[in-house]
Amino acid sequence: MRGLTKVFGTLRACDGVDLDIARGEIHALLGENGAGKSTLVKMLFGSLEPNAGEIRWNGEAVRIGSPSEARRLGIGMVFQHFSLFEALTAAENIALSLDARTPISTIAAKAQALSYSYGLPLDPYALVGDLSVGERQRIEIIRCLLQTPQLIILDEPTSVLTPQEADKLFETLERLRSEGKSILYISHRLEEVKRMCDRATVLRHGKVVGHCDPRQETASSLARMMVGSEVHAVVRTADTTGSADVLLRVDRLSRPPATPFSIPLRDVSLEVRAGEVIGIAGVAGNGQGEFFEAISGEVLQDRADAVTIRGKGAGREGITGRRRMGAAFVPEERLGHGAAPAMKLSENLLLSRHATDPGVYVGALGVIRHAAIAATAKRINQMMDVRKSAEDPAANALSGGNLQKFIIGRELDRQPAVMVVNQPTWGVDAGAAARIRQSLIELARSGSAVLVISQDLDELFEISDRIAVMHNGELSTPMSRAEATFEKVGLLMGGAEPGHVHHHDPAEVA
Amino acid sequence: MRLELVKRPQQSVLFSALSPFIAFALMVVAGGLIFLALGKDPVDGLYAYFIGPLTEVWSLHELAIKAAPLILIAVGLSVCFLSSNWNIGAEGQFTIGAIVGSAIPLYFPDLQNAAVLPMMLVCGAIGGAAWAAIPAILKARFNTNEILTSLMLVYVAQLILDWLVRGPWRDPAAMSFPQAPAFHSWAIVPELMPMSGRANWGIVFAVIAAIAVWFMLARTLKGFEVKVIGQSPRAGRFGGFSTARTIVFAFLVSGALAGLAGIVEVSGAIGRLQPQISPGYGFAAIIVAFLGRLNPLGIVAAGFVLALSYLGGEAAQIEIGVTDKTVRAFQGMLLFFVLACDTLIHYRVRLVRPAPAAAPAAGPTPATEAAHGHG
Repeated sequence: MRGLTKVFGTLRACDGVDLDIARGEIHALLGENGAGKSTLVKMLFGSLEPNAGEIRWNGEAVRIGSPSEARRLGIGMVFQHFSLFEALTAAENIALSLDARTPISTIAAKAQALSYSYGLPLDPYALVGDLSVGERQRIEIIRCLLQTPQLIILDEPTSVLTPQEADKLFETLERLRSEGKSILYISHRLEEVKRMCDRATVLRHGKVVGHCDPRQETASSLARMMVGSEVHAVVRTADTTGSADVLLRVDRLSRPPATPFSIPLRDVSLEVRAGEVIGIAGVAGNGQGEFFEAISGEVLQDRADAVTIRGKGAGREGITGRRRMGAAFVPEERLGHGAAPAMKLSENLLLSRHATDPGVYVGALGVIRHAAIAATAKRINQMMDVRKSAEDPAANALSGGNLQKFIIGRELDRQPAVMVVNQPTWGVDAGAAARIRQSLIELARSGSAVLVISQDLDELFEISDRIAVMHNGELSTPMSRAEATFEKVGLLMGGAEPGHVHHHDPAEVA
Repeated sequence: MRLELVKRPQQSVLFSALSPFIAFALMVVAGGLIFLALGKDPVDGLYAYFIGPLTEVWSLHELAIKAAPLILIAVGLSVCFLSSNWNIGAEGQFTIGAIVGSAIPLYFPDLQNAAVLPMMLVCGAIGGAAWAAIPAILKARFNTNEILTSLMLVYVAQLILDWLVRGPWRDPAAMSFPQAPAFHSWAIVPELMPMSGRANWGIVFAVIAAIAVWFMLARTLKGFEVKVIGQSPRAGRFGGFSTARTIVFAFLVSGALAGLAGIVEVSGAIGRLQPQISPGYGFAAIIVAFLGRLNPLGIVAAGFVLALSYLGGEAAQIEIGVTDKTVRAFQGMLLFFVLACDTLIHYRVRLVRPAPAAAPAAGPTPATEAAHGHG
């Protein structure tokens, strides 16, 4: 690729990007959120048209007008968000993406043969809805491989895998490399890039800031290239809770599946004490979302004591009631759940704060006090360093990281006694992530109970005092930071029986 | 070759504000073409339609009479539409409001004092709200489609009215005419300026309702709740608002205002119940709501525009001899152009040529081998 440029309005999402991918190499594309990785890849895969520059394929200039043209050239892509129908089988899903009218049985046989030869076993007749996220990713990879591509683009493939599943994927990629196929590997996990990739291209603000051999770099030197400045390491002071009060208690919480494809919660019990951060690890789609909804009160429990906040039964209280008891919540989805996309930041402040600060934001007769809201919004934006283009922009005008800083700041500003966060830094750039993590630790150390649900193990090991794993709707007994290792947590994430890990916590046995 | 709508990254503020005016201009142009096709002079036709009614005082009074129910109903609909509740049964709520409000003077003819009219207005509002509560509860409890249920209840309401005025409530003194007895003087909405024309207090109620609902939507937590639930229901639930409660609230407000419009219309403009009490106000108000950009203050202006189309239609029938169906055609065009303008504010149209797969320039790889092209 030479001088590839894509302009959106006044934003140069990709500005004169040069990139060479050689035959038989794994090439990493690094960059923070909003650095232009997705834009670049979309141009390569034909979903966006470049404004300038050219793409040369096997030495010839080509114009890629659509994904199907890209496939015809031999470019395949595995997206971060799968496009699979849960109610169809794996083979049917694969058949949908193929143009030719091949019978399902032929496709199934081919897919199965291919999957075994690459060490990605797959039952082509399994319903996608019954498969784990790792298995779904295999369908996407097989679907891509069936089109015998020369270049495979993988967008953040390990963000949904357990460490063991990721290892399996790396073996497959190395095998593909040995067959002379090229792989463009997009990730912000620097360790795996160092481990696997032959070369790396780093993007920042739409420009290439460097090509390098990741094996010669350290994770922090790569991070510096991505961010452009030193990323502050999160400082975690020792946890001194000991026998502090339990501020959030979950007692034998069960929830039947809300839809045929959601995960039931089974007898989940947990205690979070004042002053500590508890992390819940788990592969996406193992009940974390259902657990969050149950804790937050978006879904009520049958028993009031299934969820206890500061000693009071909250199971029959809705989310407003639980907020009034001192809890604060940050959901995984920012747009459409944590914030209303088209509404201004000040209105989104009101969304979760209208009932928690009586008389401050809403006066008599329900009249909204705009001045008080604007003052608080300003305070939050300063505290969390929210970067925005206007005084009070709509939520969807902010980048993901800045919106997340705002949403976290909105709750921190209340000094909640209990804070429950689902995926605090998902898709957030390194600088903002460090800030968010640090603020969660500080909130705990100031005497609050913090519960963090995350798929990012590095993050959990960075901030948690104890770590538990959610798998298939069950929660393992929390391990202290000292006993927890990647291996132990990874095994539990993959479905090893919870409770088989050594622990000495009399409170949990009782 | 096909057309695609591509979402614009930013919406123009200028064109959002101009959109209703552009839509109106386009309707005038299209209306002129229709007059031309009917063999009428378009200038005369358009003059009779849109200018003529504004040149005489009595006719301005008529404009206020027609605008009042349109504004009342559309203001309520704005609450429904902003919360993504597609109540298109306002015509039925209007009819039931008229019936329930009329029950007071019909059942208590001896009650003749200043309390009668307020009671009628309240009963009309309650009747409309109760009728709107049916689709609301069906949606909140059973997730039924409110578009279907609210629309179907329009025909039920009209049949109830028909049965009442031909049966139990028929005026025995009216020979065999299907109509209820005329209201006594205490049961009539007073005229504003009886010296110059017929306009009654209905238009005042409409403006007060518009201001009140505007304040509710723009300045209170309830209005915020309505808008959040309408735009982003999951975020609304995260905020602690209940979708079901919002559905019921929006339908009750819009039903009550439509019912109020109904009783004001029969006790003010008409003076009695009869089989036909509305020239489709409940449906035209949908156009008013969108033309007014779902903003109650904009709806006041839009209400007068639509009222003008009714008056102009009558005038055009008389003066240039076109059928009364042109009113519907003009209103339909107006809604079409408003929605088209709004769509173009949010999307741009892109012409997509067929994929070059069919074009020989794509190279020697035949489509049938696409899957193995470089294998």
